Amino acid sequence: MTRLAIPEHLLKTRRGEPVTFLEAISEALFEEMVRDESVFLLGEDIGVYGGAFKVTRDFLGYFGANRVIDTPIAEGGFTGAAAGAAHMGLRPVVEIQFMDFISPAYDVITNYIATSLYRGAGPMPLVIRGPVGGGNRGGPFHSQNVEMAFFHTPGLKIVYPSNPRDAKGLLKAAIRDDNPVIFEEHKALYRAPALREVLPDEDYVVPLGEARTVREGRDLTIVTYGAMVHRSVEAAERLDRDDGLSVEVIDLRTLLPLDDDAIVRSVRRTGRLLVVHEDTRTGGIAGEIAMRVNEKAFEWLDGPILRVTAIDAPVPYSGSLEDYFLPQTEDVVKASRYLAAY
Amino acid sequence: MAEHDAHGLGRAELHQLYRALVLAKSADASLDSLHRTGSLETSVASRPGRSEVAAAAAFALRRADDGTGDLMVLSGSSAGAVFLFGLDLVDFFRQHLGRATGPTRGRDAGGSWLDFSRGFVGPLASHGTMIEVMAGVTLAMRLRGEDRVGVVLYGAEASAAGAWHEGVNFAAAQSCPLVLVVENDEWGSNRGVPRSSRLSTFQAKGPGYGIGSESVDAADALAVFDSIRRATGLARAGDGTRLVEVRYPVDGSAADPTWVLRTRMLESGWATTQELDALESEVAGACTAASEQARAEPVPEGRDAVPGVYTDVELPAPWTRALHPGAALAEGAL
Repeated sequence: MTRLAIPEHLLKTRRGEPVTFLEAISEALFEEMVRDESVFLLGEDIGVYGGAFKVTRDFLGYFGANRVIDTPIAEGGFTGAAAGAAHMGLRPVVEIQFMDFISPAYDVITNYIATSLYRGAGPMPLVIRGPVGGGNRGGPFHSQNVEMAFFHTPGLKIVYPSNPRDAKGLLKAAIRDDNPVIFEEHKALYRAPALREVLPDEDYVVPLGEARTVREGRDLTIVTYGAMVHRSVEAAERLDRDDGLSVEVIDLRTLLPLDDDAIVRSVRRTGRLLVVHEDTRTGGIAGEIAMRVNEKAFEWLDGPILRVTAIDAPVPYSGSLEDYFLPQTEDVVKASRYLAAY
Repeated sequence: MAEHDAHGLGRAELHQLYRALVLAKSADASLDSLHRTGSLETSVASRPGRSEVAAAAAFALRRADDGTGDLMVLSGSSAGAVFLFGLDLVDFFRQHLGRATGPTRGRDAGGSWLDFSRGFVGPLASHGTMIEVMAGVTLAMRLRGEDRVGVVLYGAEASAAGAWHEGVNFAAAQSCPLVLVVENDEWGSNRGVPRSSRLSTFQAKGPGYGIGSESVDAADALAVFDSIRRATGLARAGDGTRLVEVRYPVDGSAADPTWVLRTRMLESGWATTQELDALESEVAGACTAASEQARAEPVPEGRDAVPGVYTDVELPAPWTRALHPGAALAEGAL
């Protein structure tokens, strides 16, 4: 059988060209589907249309309708169907068009998918991925971060990358993982020109559950993830330049399971911790991180654990409101200065 | 002597079917007895006739013990129908009694267990969700070109759930080889169906989803068998998803499917009274012995609740449960 030509836009890494965050995700999906025939995609408009953000552009033509399945607009139904296919040994990757729409699938994810292994129904190798985050003036239903809706459900893994290299390696690892993985992609990163990079032209994975030190420092630790990694690094550079502060930035990459060791190791060196997340404040991951540091590094702390987060509100639509809602670089700078001087 | 249609079943097969009904009914009765005598903490949701109907439906499937046969999801009220899938009678009681030796080692409740290799899946999810899951199971069968079908049995009340609609719609749109079997019970009574639907028959729901449907009397196990055999045959042949409504009596009385089949078998000369009495006695004895054995076996150790949340990540037990909590705290085992 003649193999179809690989679409040009999926060959950038092979040609040594830089890729965007979105293109890295597309490459990961494509390469995993080529590598393993049990990997297939389900989602709204992912086939003929190529996905709302074009992550799966030209996949239908290459892999056919049995591996790129356009579904009804019914997230619970097709996520449940993915669970059934996973029972049968397939490795489904579900696209939620905007992760805000994952809530109709909350029941099947938390009550069925996450508990399958523990209850004796076997492993559940599936990935649920999609765009999250604000800043695009999408309003309340197209801008949310969903990690904490699932964070307290044992059995799930949650991944939230910040750059193309990690996104590709983490998505490949998630697809190969035998546990269900929720994979969040910040849409502001999808086509951000500054993030374009040349990726290794090899089959690499980034292991789940391992944080990365983005920037080393001595005076203060910032723990963050996703789009906030970039604001935190920007703040750290400004603090270095203007205040002479040495700020360490840790990108969690995987939120569940959380890399306690990386956080504790850093805090024991710097004695100060600031957690930065775009998700809303109450019940955000900062609370859990603070508790773990309290348990494991209390004696090493030289100040209170602080957090910079979105405000406790639905994501507002109007630009002036959304900018106030979202954590800004200036917030990170202010909190860091306060903490450093404590 | 009255003549009845055996739907192509021979004498030995009729005896097998009858045994399956008796076993289903006896197993349910044993669970009820264990609950009433305090050995089983939670009550069993079985309702008269449900397990026997499920057994008659299962009898129509191509069952195998190597993962190549049909797959069937039982409803919460048909726990006793598992044995046609080759599941062990002692395991049944171990599971319901939450024993360490049971299929889920005490982790899941009652009928919520499964054996994919044998084709049996318990009701593992909230109403309607198993239809979504079975849509995916049968999608996988179709994508692989396997000669298999799935059947999902559910109570009528599940038909009101959003998950039911999404599951049926997905299965129908994808031409999944799935047969839905709805228990239409409490028909016309002052609770149940009249409060959850304006329809009096669930057969009517089929055409709305573009799938074929039929209706059958729950009291007639042979008719149930024949209906499921026909529906699964069509699904297997590429006709996609189908729906079978099983109608239970209005007042919940009479029409015990086991008794109806027994009467028919005797009237038609398919069996003798002595044969059926012996069969019933043997099954009752087996249930008693199996439930006694399971009851004598140990419950799990509390600490067995910790492992197995992930395939590859070990989560710690709380440090206060350590043998020496102070030492565990000092070592950072929080």
